[in-house]
Amino acid sequence: MEELIEKLKKEVIEQLNLEDISPEDIEADSPLFGEGLGLDSIDALELIVLLEKNYGLKIEDPKDGKKIFHSIRTMAEYITEH
Amino acid sequence: MSHIISSYSRITPGSITVNGQSEYDDENFITFAEFIKPFFKRLDLGYPKFYKMDALSKLGFVAAELVLRQVNYDLYDKDRAGIVLANRSSSLDTDLVHQQSISNRSQYFPSPSVFVYTLPNIMIGEICIRHQLKGENAFLISEKFESRILFDYVNELFMHNRIDFCLTGWVDLMKDKFDVLMILVEPVRIVNSGEEHGLTLPFSATTMDELYK
Amino acid sequence: MTRRVVITGIGILSSIGRNLPETINSVLTSRSGIGRLKHLNSFHRDEFPFAEVQLSNEQLLDLAHQTPSSGYSRNALLGMIAAREAFVHAGLDKIPRLRTGLISATTVGGMDRCELFYGDFLSNNTRNEYIDVYDCADSTEMIADLLQIDDYITTISTACSSAANALLLGTRMIRNGKLDRVIAGGTEALTSFHVNGFNALKILDKVPCRPFDTNRNGITLGEGAAYLVLESAEAAQAGGREIFAELAGFGNACEAYHQTASTPDGLGAFLAMERAVKISGLDPSAIDYINAHGTGTDNNDVAEGLAIERLFGDNIPKVSSTKPFTGHMTSAAGSAEAILSILCLTHRIIPPNLNLKTTMPEIRFTPVTELIKNIDVNTVMSNSFGFGGNNTSLIFKRI
Repeated sequence: MEELIEKLKKEVIEQLNLEDISPEDIEADSPLFGEGLGLDSIDALELIVLLEKNYGLKIEDPKDGKKIFHSIRTMAEYITEH
Repeated sequence: MSHIISSYSRITPGSITVNGQSEYDDENFITFAEFIKPFFKRLDLGYPKFYKMDALSKLGFVAAELVLRQVNYDLYDKDRAGIVLANRSSSLDTDLVHQQSISNRSQYFPSPSVFVYTLPNIMIGEICIRHQLKGENAFLISEKFESRILFDYVNELFMHNRIDFCLTGWVDLMKDKFDVLMILVEPVRIVNSGEEHGLTLPFSATTMDELYK
Repeated sequence: MTRRVVITGIGILSSIGRNLPETINSVLTSRSGIGRLKHLNSFHRDEFPFAEVQLSNEQLLDLAHQTPSSGYSRNALLGMIAAREAFVHAGLDKIPRLRTGLISATTVGGMDRCELFYGDFLSNNTRNEYIDVYDCADSTEMIADLLQIDDYITTISTACSSAANALLLGTRMIRNGKLDRVIAGGTEALTSFHVNGFNALKILDKVPCRPFDTNRNGITLGEGAAYLVLESAEAAQAGGREIFAELAGFGNACEAYHQTASTPDGLGAFLAMERAVKISGLDPSAIDYINAHGTGTDNNDVAEGLAIERLFGDNIPKVSSTKPFTGHMTSAAGSAEAILSILCLTHRIIPPNLNLKTTMPEIRFTPVTELIKNIDVNTVMSNSFGFGGNNTSLIFKRI
């Protein structure tokens, strides 16, 4: 799980063009949206693309994204479960 | 003559100038990204959203940043800031990126953040978001820089008291060829209020042509 | 003295009609143009409904009196047909010329041709004429050539508010005394490029769009072209021609919030509408009907709904979105909907907001759900809000 979390951090940084951020800056349990990284609705859609492109997981309704993309850890858990 | 060009930036491959003075030179760049990124870092704005923008928006953003630092916002209402820009290639540079991502059925992953930039006026949106300008704006397309059309549009906004100040000019980018003239136009009464100010060039199509040359 | 601007000609080609009479008929019979794609070969043809113009490119070439070797894109053809209808409708082919401009809006330009041949360009030289027509301004130049306009030509590209901005600029040029007449509007053909793009943003509804409905789930993309002939009141006197309406107010504002989303409280929409009302010199209570931007997305409908309530207070006019009729015509929406708004003045109707079953809880007003006939409509407002936070509102008055 920890390996997946580290991998995800790098992938998120790349997919979302977060140039100034390094994996060490991201806490596995911190909220991705709102405070912290300050991601927005377009970033949420990009994360959906990331899941499909890198892990073959399709999310049809963007509203489901809220729970899955709450933090890096919840993303990792979703991936492991599917 | 009631309006003045108080600042302008000119960006061409290898060079960035403000008010005719060189701000940055790099003849050895290969890609636009290589050219603009070090300069942006040097500006030290603390604005990470920059990195999410497409090339055209980055270009317009930087050009606007350089002239807007001239503005004393105490004198103006941000709801009355005009932005009227034009170019030849629209958002074609980003359009091609999007096009590539949807052309292969087996590798089909269109990026929402790329698609968002397949409109040239998003660049204006980025400038507005950064500086919180909520006035009137427009984006025009023409084959080459036409000062008369921009001048007429902006002048009309001033004549009918729609705006207090205005950003106008040409922001064109296609792959690694780019060409920008960004002009800040302010009313004379403000510029002559005794403060240390920038240029006082008359706002006219002729002056715009001169600056573009 | 500011010159008054009036409308003397109308041309429109969309999924609900090949010309103005067919369009009027569709509105009067509440007939929507939304259905399945027949002409565009898109990956998503079975997944989403669209409001496609019911004509193939060959049929469009025919209607435009052009030959297949011309290299005209679907976009240019739509524009040429509608612009010429407006030009002829205004009788401009029969009266002496004054200073005349063409202001055309488009985003996709010649993309419908290019995307088909994109993969081929490097190895196949037989379709190179399409590379040249890719640029936005090309369709504008073609319309200008067709109508022989050369005093002033420009292309506007500000997403979904483009055509409304074309009307706004045209009005300004006339009020300012720079031009006497302007053919203004927009054209947009459906392309895989923007179908796939909007799908990537996950804002295409799987059923025909439902603006202001609590269950709305996105837009339905449409296509077409729509142009209006604007003239100064003086120029309109020539030739004993009919005047259909006055463009009495206009407003544009930048949202400064996000690349594609509106501020949740609709500030940009509010500013644009407020400015239009101010320029018109009217009180908000004088507005009888609002043709809303009403796309059917979560975001727009809330923002626009709240902005309407904020501006109109207790005097909210009748409201409907006609996008369930025409789909979202993107760069042509502003002028197409201006035309539908003007029909309210000339035909004494209010078009319904089709597909609305349960009004969203966030707004107090209920949009009109059935066509209203035999009603005096004196002043209408038409809203067009674009990506990039570009918001435009236009006001038309009955003559």
